[in-house]
Amino acid sequence: MVFARSERPRLPTAIKILVAGGFGAGKTTMVGAVSETRPLRTEEVLTDRGIGVDDLTSVEAKRTTTVAMDFGRITLGSDYVLYLFGTPGQERFWFVWDELAEGSLGAVILADTRRLADCFPSVDYFERRGTPFVVAVNCFEGAPTFELDEVRLALQLNPSVPIIMCDARKRESSREVLIALVKHSARLRAEPVGS
Amino acid sequence: MRGTDDPTDEHWVDPEIIRPYVVTRGRTQPAHGRFDLISMALAVGPPPGPDAGLDPEHLRIIQLCREPKSVAEIAAYLDLPAGTIRVLLGDLFDRELVSAQEPRSEVDMHDMKMYRAVLDGLRSL
Repeated sequence: MVFARSERPRLPTAIKILVAGGFGAGKTTMVGAVSETRPLRTEEVLTDRGIGVDDLTSVEAKRTTTVAMDFGRITLGSDYVLYLFGTPGQERFWFVWDELAEGSLGAVILADTRRLADCFPSVDYFERRGTPFVVAVNCFEGAPTFELDEVRLALQLNPSVPIIMCDARKRESSREVLIALVKHSARLRAEPVGS
Repeated sequence: MRGTDDPTDEHWVDPEIIRPYVVTRGRTQPAHGRFDLISMALAVGPPPGPDAGLDPEHLRIIQLCREPKSVAEIAAYLDLPAGTIRVLLGDLFDRELVSAQEPRSEVDMHDMKMYRAVLDGLRSL
């Protein structure tokens, strides 16, 4: 719904892609590598709904939490703007993800082979939610190298989920990851049902 | 509680927390719209003069939005929480100074045209 009253200027359509992964996996690095500006940071004050496992004071019906998110922008012609949001890393902020994931094109899960287990929660989350995702193995120097098939096995990924090597510091490499995600998302969502 | 009605006892005030509420005069919900982080806003019409009764933050938003900007970007550039920006955008929308777009939670994720445009745009980066 567009609220133009007196004039009808054209607003581009904003598209959202999430960049997830464990702490230190290179989320903000990737956002910065491929965005047109340095990574920006926004704070969102959110209401913590029904999480409260560590909240024994049921006096307050709702808690609010301020969550910082790094993000970047890629302008795609005059019709589309792509926003990349790094998901807040701490597990206790998971309830934020629902708001971020809502209406997103998909997600990139960055994996660090030194701490592969760190991306299990992201894989679980996006699988459960039905959000299209790709796994990008960020090749850190000195990190053990694995065949992609080994990583796929370790993460118990569905064979249809693309998995690619990348260098999150490099624009070209990060761009290829995004292209892989957009293609994958298109395949999942744009095909006629049943084909 | 000690001294809460003592006007000199102000050491509990954290400006980082208070500022967003001062800017919106205590409002937490915009008068109009349900802007999410990627809702786009664009300034429309002639820029308001100094007698328009707008706050400095309103004027900065108008200046930023000469090109389309998202709620998240405006928040980052003004160093205010996104919720505060929503309230201020609602004011500006009310006064027909910005055109704004609600989140496209209804962005058609089955629209092949969108995927093609995004792929073409990424390839030409």
